[in-house]
Amino acid sequence: MSTMTVSPPALRRFLDNLKAVPQQFRASAIRGGMPRTDRTRSTFVFGNVFLHLHAVRTHRWSLRWSTTWGLGITAMAAFLITLVTGVLLMFYYKPYPEVAYLSIKDIHFVVPTGRFMRNIHRWAANVMVVAVLLHMARAFYTAAYRPPREFNWLVGMALLVTTLGLSFTGYLLPWDQLAFWAITIGANIAQSPREVTDALGITQYFDPGGLQKLILLGSDQVGEEALIRFYLLHVMILPLALAALVAVHFWRIRKDGGLVKPADADQRLGPPPPDTYPVFTEDPAKTYHLAAIVRGKTPAVGVGPEQTVPSMPHLLYAEAGVFMLTTLICLALSLVSDAPLKELANAAVAENPAKAPWYFLGLQELVSFSAFMGGIGIPAIVLIGLGLIPYLDREEAGTGEWFGGPGGLPLVLMSVVVGLGAAVGVEVIAIRFGWLREWSPTIPQLVITLVNPGTVLTVIYGAYSTWLVKRFNSTRAGALGLFTCFLCGFILLTVIGTYFRGPNWNFYWSPADWPHH
Amino acid sequence: MTVTPGPARSRLDPEPLPRRDFLGLASVWAAASAVLLSVLGMLRLPKAAVLASPSKKFRVSVPESLAEGAPLIPPGRSVALFRDANGIYAVSLVCTHLGCIVKPAGDGFDCPCHGSRFAADGRVLRGPAPRPLPWFKVTGSGGNYVVDENAVVPPGTRATV
Repeated sequence: MSTMTVSPPALRRFLDNLKAVPQQFRASAIRGGMPRTDRTRSTFVFGNVFLHLHAVRTHRWSLRWSTTWGLGITAMAAFLITLVTGVLLMFYYKPYPEVAYLSIKDIHFVVPTGRFMRNIHRWAANVMVVAVLLHMARAFYTAAYRPPREFNWLVGMALLVTTLGLSFTGYLLPWDQLAFWAITIGANIAQSPREVTDALGITQYFDPGGLQKLILLGSDQVGEEALIRFYLLHVMILPLALAALVAVHFWRIRKDGGLVKPADADQRLGPPPPDTYPVFTEDPAKTYHLAAIVRGKTPAVGVGPEQTVPSMPHLLYAEAGVFMLTTLICLALSLVSDAPLKELANAAVAENPAKAPWYFLGLQELVSFSAFMGGIGIPAIVLIGLGLIPYLDREEAGTGEWFGGPGGLPLVLMSVVVGLGAAVGVEVIAIRFGWLREWSPTIPQLVITLVNPGTVLTVIYGAYSTWLVKRFNSTRAGALGLFTCFLCGFILLTVIGTYFRGPNWNFYWSPADWPHH
Repeated sequence: MTVTPGPARSRLDPEPLPRRDFLGLASVWAAASAVLLSVLGMLRLPKAAVLASPSKKFRVSVPESLAEGAPLIPPGRSVALFRDANGIYAVSLVCTHLGCIVKPAGDGFDCPCHGSRFAADGRVLRGPAPRPLPWFKVTGSGGNYVVDENAVVPPGTRATV
């Protein structure tokens, strides 16, 4: 009898447990409790597998808009949007020639919300490319590539290449004229090392170009094999590679001590806000560290973390804001502008002009001078140069500051003038007067491969930045000049390719001047 | 057996190199080369041994009425056949620059993609194309011919009518 009064009957306990399920479930899912104190806010972040990529506290410098402009998160948000819309599109897309075109037509005209999803997918992909490029420029101009962040700069470059690869492979899938001819051009760029092996007469013994094209297309022309390969790359291989690289990229940010900031960031920020909860009530003289296990600076050396704020809510809300803004931009663009779909692919009639997506039109401008140099040679030089920047610029002044401090902006502006001026000059010569072959039709191809508007521009940029290194006695000055020049060259060539090239890749001031055909 | 303590070592000092690690190194390299070779073996799979594209050899009838210098483009093919006083010849219409299909225009060919221009015999006149348009082997006579896109012949080679 006495046990019955201490513990209620099993049936009653069962009913009590049942009543308590919602509350118990919540307590078991959110173990730290609601994030209302500094301590529970910390638990909220590090107790959650998705959020624990963040530190529990974030430096106030990292939260300033001008530190990052939220560009990395914008790129990540755009990637997530393409992921969701891409999976939805896969419900109806069929990767087989002609059938693919019809299924895109179905998605556009028949599938509920299909057109909207396809538009969002396409716009988010564009936003992602822009965000990745701007994010790279931000990281460069704040010298965020400097030690210990050299390797993360390289991971970022791999992410840029993967992003462009995702865009390029997605371009073929609608199987319309635009897709077919853009990919034909792309595949022949992969084959363009033949331009050199042919000129040397060794193609029959050594043909890396032919092998690249064969592996990319699975055949000698764009067809069903190419479509299934591009589909596989687009929905499986490249997204997985991108996800893995993103994980390394984010992990490295934490391991490299958070976002880059100037050495005197604390003085510039001024005293912490009055409501900051003091972590140390006196100057910490002692630091706690794991010297035998990990290298590097210890978390607190002579200063408490008073310049940091809890990541929840400050950082997480900022990220959510950027995510929502990115979504808003993609939705707005999707409402006003539809993704294009031209007529069914026709292997017998080339699209005229056949244009790749806008971010490849700078490259297309270069390949219109020489396929190998424009499509492989110069991009390889640029990628190697970008990858070497953190290892060649080992200076420390100006880290974490835009353009490396007050002297940097004039130098960057001068480089903008030089970069744009040289590109305009070379283009004017090529458009107005032609190039070597127009002057002397029998000239050997190897000479054109080596000396064409693209390589001349590259040499001008290289010479200018070498002069900057000497003139200012600073490797950073050279890096600033080179990066700015290539960025300006890329933008100018892209604009020319997008707006001023018409049929037969001739120069026209406006599409209204295009000849009828 | 007694264990004699070695010289005192800090936790930060690297471990001393073992003297006899030949077997260990050999096994590591054996495993690494096994992985490398199997990856190379797997890479053979995406390199197609049989191409899905249509046969490169095709039959074509050239009508008597085909004017000299006018192109005859068989449907689905990127080859133009011409007739002149010396016979029938076939010129590829695939631009040697980046694979677009060139258009016979006047006395030559124009590429729509990057503005290459070729002469009637396939020579490059202007633009980025690195090589002339190849001529293909044409056999047969009396109106029916076989064109072999795998057999490139020197420009000027014709099948007699």
